[in-house]
Order: sequence, then C-alpha cells, then structure tokens
Amino acid sequence: MTYQPQSDFGTPAATSDAQITLTIDGRTVTVPAGTSVMRAAAEQGTSIPKLCATDSLSAFGSCRLCLVEIDGRRGTPASCTTPVEPGMVVHTQTPRLQKLRKGVMELYISDHPLDCLTCGANGDCELQDQAGAVGLRDVRYQPVETHLGQAKDQSNPYFDFDPSKCIVCSRCVRACDEVQGTLALTVQGRGFGSKISAGIASDNFLGSECVSCGACVQACPTATLIEKKVVEIGTPERAVVTTCAYCGVGCTFRAEMRGEQLVRMVPWKEGKANRGHSCVKGRFAWGYAQHQERILKPMIRGSISEPWREVSWDDALAYAASELTRISNKYGKQALGGITSSRCTNEETFLVQKLVRAGFGNNNVDTCARVCHSPTGYGLKTTFGTSAGTQDFDSVEDSDVILVIGANPTDGHPVFASRMKRRLRKGAKLIVIDPRRTDLVRSPHIEAQHHLALQPGTNVAVLTAMAHTIVTEGLVNEAFVKERCDWDEYQDWASFVSEARNSPEALEAITKVPAADLRAAARLYATGGNGAIYYGLGVTEHSQGSSTVMAIANLAMATGNIGRRGVGVNPLRGQNNVQGACDMGSFPHELAGYRHISDAATRALFEREWGVQLDSEPGLRIPNMLDAATDGVFKAIYIQGEDILQSDPNTHHVASGLEAMECVIVHDLFLNETANYAHIFLPGSTFLEKNGTFTNAERRIQPVRKVMTPLNGYEDWEVTQKLAQALGLDWNYTHPSQIMDEIARLTPSFAGVSFDRLDQEGSLQWPVNESAPDGSPIMHVDGFVRGKGKFVVTDYVPTDERTGPRFPLLLTTGRILSQYNVGAQTRRTDNVVWHEEDLLEIHPVDAENRGIKSGDWVRLSSRAGETTLRATVTERVAPGVVYTTFHHPLTQANVVTTDYSDWATNCPEYKVTAVQISPSNGPTEWQENYAKLQSSARRIAKAEAAE
Amino acid sequence: MTSTTDNLVRMANQIAANLQHEPDVPKAVAEHIRLFWDPRMRRLILEPHVLGVSPDVAIALDQLRDES
Repeated sequence: MTYQPQSDFGTPAATSDAQITLTIDGRTVTVPAGTSVMRAAAEQGTSIPKLCATDSLSAFGSCRLCLVEIDGRRGTPASCTTPVEPGMVVHTQTPRLQKLRKGVMELYISDHPLDCLTCGANGDCELQDQAGAVGLRDVRYQPVETHLGQAKDQSNPYFDFDPSKCIVCSRCVRACDEVQGTLALTVQGRGFGSKISAGIASDNFLGSECVSCGACVQACPTATLIEKKVVEIGTPERAVVTTCAYCGVGCTFRAEMRGEQLVRMVPWKEGKANRGHSCVKGRFAWGYAQHQERILKPMIRGSISEPWREVSWDDALAYAASELTRISNKYGKQALGGITSSRCTNEETFLVQKLVRAGFGNNNVDTCARVCHSPTGYGLKTTFGTSAGTQDFDSVEDSDVILVIGANPTDGHPVFASRMKRRLRKGAKLIVIDPRRTDLVRSPHIEAQHHLALQPGTNVAVLTAMAHTIVTEGLVNEAFVKERCDWDEYQDWASFVSEARNSPEALEAITKVPAADLRAAARLYATGGNGAIYYGLGVTEHSQGSSTVMAIANLAMATGNIGRRGVGVNPLRGQNNVQGACDMGSFPHELAGYRHISDAATRALFEREWGVQLDSEPGLRIPNMLDAATDGVFKAIYIQGEDILQSDPNTHHVASGLEAMECVIVHDLFLNETANYAHIFLPGSTFLEKNGTFTNAERRIQPVRKVMTPLNGYEDWEVTQKLAQALGLDWNYTHPSQIMDEIARLTPSFAGVSFDRLDQEGSLQWPVNESAPDGSPIMHVDGFVRGKGKFVVTDYVPTDERTGPRFPLLLTTGRILSQYNVGAQTRRTDNVVWHEEDLLEIHPVDAENRGIKSGDWVRLSSRAGETTLRATVTERVAPGVVYTTFHHPLTQANVVTTDYSDWATNCPEYKVTAVQISPSNGPTEWQENYAKLQSSARRIAKAEAAE
Repeated sequence: MTSTTDNLVRMANQIAANLQHEPDVPKAVAEHIRLFWDPRMRRLILEPHVLGVSPDVAIALDQLRDES
C-alpha cells in the first residue's frame, strides 16, 4: 500500500456499553461513554489539532492545541481530556480557537529549528503537520534564549535523541511508562529548563535503563526521537503489514519501505498480539537480513574437511537428491530424516514434514520444539485434549492473580510482558516461581506477592504442594470439577496430593521453598479471583517437563481457572512459530493437527491427498536420530532453519552424530555451527523475503508477507519443493496459499483458514472450523476438547542429574532480551552492544568460596564437558545455582548440558546440570579446537573464472 | 549393550517411574513406548541381553515382545 501514517484517534478507545450522542461541528456522533471529545471527533472524521495526544496513551492535556468550544461552557477546554456528554454541542474550528492555536504553535516553533527541508522527519512530522493545520505562517518572536543547538544523544545504535527538536510533550515519557512499563525516561527540571532525560542527568540512552523497545520513538511527534535508518535512507514510501520472526508473541509490524529497501519496522496498531507495541528485536534487529555473512549461493563439498564449492541451484539440488537416493538405496529408507524449523512458516514446515513422510518414506521428522515445548504438547493434550495455550493475550487484562512459573517474559517475551505488567500495575497480584530473582519479581511499581525461589528440578514438588494446600484447605472449585472434569480421576488425584508426604512442609527440604510462603501462594491462586498461569522453558526443559505441564493443568482445573477470560494455562512459546511447527505435523509420531500416525483413518486422509502410502510407525526424534547416527544406521538429514549443534544439549554427542552421517543438508541463512558438519548448503530466505503464515503462542495464525525479493533467489518453500521435485515428487505449488489450502483440507482445526480470510481478518486463532467459524480466542469454554478434563497424578521423581563433591552447583540456562536463541540473527545486528558474550551468573557466596570476581574468566565443567566464560557475581541467582545464556557459539553452553531429558518427550533437561566453577585463564582445549574447526569448516573455494 | 541401548533402558525406567500411579504400570509403559518410540528403538530394547530394566519395564517389554 502507498505510505500513510497509521490512524491516530488521539486518545484510547472507551469500552463502556453505554452510548452517548453529541454534536460536533453540526454533525451527530454516537460513541461509548468515557470517550474523549477528541476521539469522538476523530471517529466522525474531524481531526482536531493535537501534539501531546496519541491514542496509545492516556490523555495528558498539556500541549493546549486541541482546544474546543462547547455550548454552555466557559473557556476552551482541551478536547483530549474532556469526556463526551449527552447532548453536548462542540465546535472544533472557530476564529477564537484558530487564534489560540496559532498562538500556541507560534510559541512552539519559536524554539524549534527551522530546518524542515533537511530534517530526517520531513514529511512525517506531526509538528510540521500541525503548524500547517493551524495556519501558522510566520513567527513573531525573536529567539533570545532557546533550546536550539543542544548536543544530540546518538549513543543508541538504532535511534537518535535530538533535544533541540523536543517540545517536551511527554509522549515519550508516557510511552515508556504506560506502554512499555520500564519507566526509564523522565522530564528533568521545571518550566523552561524542562528536558527529557533517560535516567539521571549523566546517563545517555545507551547507558540508561532504556530497553530500546522503540515506544518512545513511535510516540514522538517531532524528529527528536528518530530511527537512524530514517535519517540515513529517508522517509518510507510504502508499507506492508507482516509478522515478526522473533519470539512466540508474534508481533505484527508495518514494514515501511523505499523500493525494496526496508527503512523501518513499526509495530502495527491493529495487530491483535502486540496492540501496537514492540521490543528491541522486532523493532530494530532486522539488519541480519542483509548481513555480509549471509550465504546466497548453494554450496556442496564431498567431505567436511574440504572447502565449500559454490554451485548452481540445479546442481546443488541434483546432488542432494542423488545423495539421498544413494543412501536410501544403500542403507534403507529409515536412514534418512529431516528437521523442520520453528523459525520458518507453517507452509514451509508442512512441506518439510511432507517431504520426509511422502518423499523419504518414513516418519523421521522432528522439530526444534523437541528441545523446548514438546512437553507442552504431551501435557496439555493429555489433560485438556489439545496441545495449545488456552487464552489470547488480551485475556490478561481480566486476570486478578498471575502465576508465572519457569518463564522470564521481561526478557523472553517482552511485548507480552509489558501488557502483563500493565495489568499488574493496575492491581493484579503476582506469584513468581523461579530459581532466579527475575526482573518481574521486582520492577517499577510491581512487586511479586510471592517469589518461590525453588531448587532447580523441583517444579513438580512445588506444584503438588500447592495442590495439597488447595485440596486440604477446601479451596477446590468442586462445582467446576464435577461439571467439567472426570470426577473419579479428580478424586484419585485429590487423594494423592492430600497425602502428608506432599504437604509444603514435607517437601520443603526438597524444594527449598518455605512452606508458609508456598501455602500463601496457593491460597492466593485459588481464591484471588481470575487466576492465570503463564509458563516457559523453566517448566518444560526438565526430566519431569511433561509432568509439570500436567501439574499446572491440574491446578487450573481444580480451581476452575479454565474456559473464560482472565484465567487459563498459557505456554509462552520461545520461537516465532513453535506453535505452528507443532501444529503442522512436525513431530515424528503425529500428523498435522496432533493426530497419531498409527491412526489409520487419519493416515488414509493424507494418503489420498498425497498419493502415497505412509509408514504407520512413529519415526525418530532428534536425539534418537543422533543416537542412530552414531550407531551407523542413520545417514542423511535435511535441516531447515535450525542449528542443532549450538542449540541442542551435549554438543559432543550432537557433533559425533552429525559427523557420522554421509549427507547433512543445511538450509539456512548463514553457515551456522551445524553447517560445520554439512555436505550441502542451501541458502535460505528471511521472513522479509517470503509469503506464508506464523502461528503465535495464542494460536493466532498471522500472515507473513514478502516485502523484498529473496537475495538467495527463492523462498524456502520453493527450495523444499525443488528438492522434492529432484527426488521425483510431483509437487507444483505456485504460491504458499495453495499449501495452506492443503493444510486446511487435511486438518480439522484449520478447516476455515485461507490466505484470503487472513487478509480479510488480519489473523485467526485456531480452531477455525464449522463450530468456530471466526476462530477461538479462548479454548475449552463449554467443555474440554477431550470431553472431560483429565486430572493426572504427578508424583515427584528426582532427576538422575545429581550434585556431589565434584559438581556441587546446579547450572540453569536461559536467554536475555537483546539476543535470540542461538544468536544467529541477533549477533549479526547492533544488539551485540548489549550482550557481547555469554556470562555466568554466580551468587556472591559461591563466588567468594572460589575466589571469583565479576569479570573473571571461569571454567564451567560438568559430567558432559567444560567451557570457559566470564563471571558476573549477582544475587539474582540463589546460592548453589549458576546461570548462563547460550547465544554465542564459542561459549557453547551446551557443551556442558547433558543427555538427560523429559521422560515423556525427550525434551532435554537444560535447566538442571550439576557443575563446578573454577577460576580459569583461558579457553578450554575443546574451545580452541572448535575455533579451528569453525574456521576450517567455513572455507569457501574461489569459483573458477568463466572462460 | 551399546550406549544407545543404555540410554533406552534409562528412558524406559524413567517412563515407568513417572507412570507409577497408572492402574496398570507395565501396560502404560508398553503403550507409551508403542506410541512414541520408533521400531528400531523398540527392537533394541527388546533384545534378550538388555540389562538394568526395572520390574515394571521388564513386564512391559514382555508385553511388547508378545505383540511383535
């Protein structure tokens, strides 16, 4: 579409059911009670001049530009702060108002640089627009003392702050407070001395608490806060709405373009997942798409000791097909497999699993959800009947008690965290269950009522103790349980949790959570009103990950916290399309829509559509593929958009598995760590270069739209199709919408989904079918998908990973705000200014015992391996617990993690590794060898000159 | 036994430990293995020389052997 700024009604929409009718400029308008006069005017198409008002923020009434006259009232009230009243007669344009506004604007402009023609915001500046709107033609005041000429703050890598252009409207400060909730900005000084400041006077933006979410930049009506890219490139000339390719929140953005050049990503106000907000990654960290290290030509090599050789697409695909065919013929079809990507679209993951099932002839397909949310799939399907979160994100606005367990949304899901924090600032109560004192425990105007700092690995014990409290203190919602759940199973469960051995007091020795705190938290969750549970990988990545998910579901059912707004069980998905990759049949035991491969009727449906016979046996999961490879029976793999060498546990094991294979095909943007062991490299396309859909953590299917031509030549679904064709499959999709049509034909929960409908609706939340034609924001409203909700007894079973004299500390891993997963994207952006390396968090007591100070190099060793990194001493972790991230390949935190995994799904136990920390003066032998391997494996032979 | 088989034994014992409240633990273990393990994994753990399985797993494996 041609570039238009997003509509702005000046003040937020009112939600009252009562309607008020009034007259504005002679025209009648009816709006909900509580609407401002400014918004009512905007809704009828009258734009009242404004500067300090924008509809993402509460009315402020400071700029004095939006004045109106109202019959029967004295003066000229600000329309932004004046609510509508029945029968009100408003005039927005009179000679008196015109004069007042012009006078106000004249004062603003008298202290503003008149450099519009060379200003970065020229043509996209509200101050400029409003000067025109009020008819300002000259400025009578002579500058004596002004704010002009103040130094710019250019410290932030993505945006500049030019105080000389600031009109101190406070929109940036209010955006930081109300939208983001960081409260990093303030108005410093008074009167003429007022200025916007990031933190204290000595701070610049980079050094402040600013998290670079961009809300202030978006709110700024002038060029004071402006994207560096706009300054560099110019203002955009068109915009395309698309979906972010970072976390599972699924923010929608307007990709604002000049030609095929991306100028900026601006959060789309109509986006239902993010409601116009963003984080530093989605808003700014897209530079990797054009990074010089991106591989744009296919490459092959005979062995991993050889340098890569660039070849044509035809040659690369023919070679891949011949190798796959050779290996299948030699070792049998079970020697082949594939991995789908949670970073790719639904259509792309669907095609990869189809290639494996219909082309390779087996079910050896898995996805990166194996290592994150596979226990969610098992746990929620068992208890509720389907593998998905129960709520939409809007639901949190009706929550009274929010229980966050094993998740750090401030860093991992920042845009949802902002919405959650907004609700908490309005009075909802918070329970945090986490070994670390995450930011959510205490942040501006938010303090958790209870922080249960449990011992890593004891989630099930803590949740069972909470259940014990709820059952034995008579806090169960029996009416709900009797109506909605299997009563016999409930009674078995209630009897189990009521046993004395499951009391908070009995389990305190294991959990390290004071029994009184745990009881108080359980009472609050059960009795505090609408209780919502949000959880992350701190729940799933354990040996009892699936049990913990089921224990969470038990709690929600026992307290009746399911089936309406404000409640529910909500997995916070890590990557952008984890939900979608799982929905699309990426797991080896099930077809799209979570239907087991052994089900003959479902198989027959797919067999008819695909014209092949499908294997009825489950295939190999990722760790099982690696085991089979080291055993010499699994020989070839097609990996789309995943870097298992860096992301999966026990790097040594992953490396030996990959090394044992004869054909590793990596389809990715960069020569990632896995590609060190690859024989064929197929260049991938970014989310900016493809059409398709992503499905976020609230089951919301959203369009991904191509805004530029793929630099590598093809969208990823096209590459998979070409590989399939090279293998002899008769695939002829010409657009991903046809793939979605096939998904809809084969998958009941997607029956009503199509690209046309997504274009019309913006997004749809599955299930979308005859019973829910417009989708399902909340699930299990009238009954559970499986019929009766199933209570499952979840006995605490300690992990086999134990601390002892050699490895006395427990390592848990996670991520930080500025980086994403293995860092392949974010390390290739300016986000590295916030996180140049992985650091080890260690408690002061543990650090002192080992003679370690912040900044020291330390050796982190476990039974699986060892690495070195620098330490930071902090009380965020409890004594006995250490923490690090896994964003950097030369740290390779996963050298240390083990093969232990969830009992039901093999999801790795990343969150519990027994380790020792000791001072170090350099990299480990493994790190040195790996650096050499990495350098050698990335050699690309120069192409021979054409004759 | 290979390290893969050791791993499978550990996994099977872990499954049994987490299904102790099922009315028929061996049956539940067998069902889980049938639903989620690929045929080769099942074949490996059903080999006669496999050691270290818990009593519930041993019964579950007998049930799987009877089916195969």
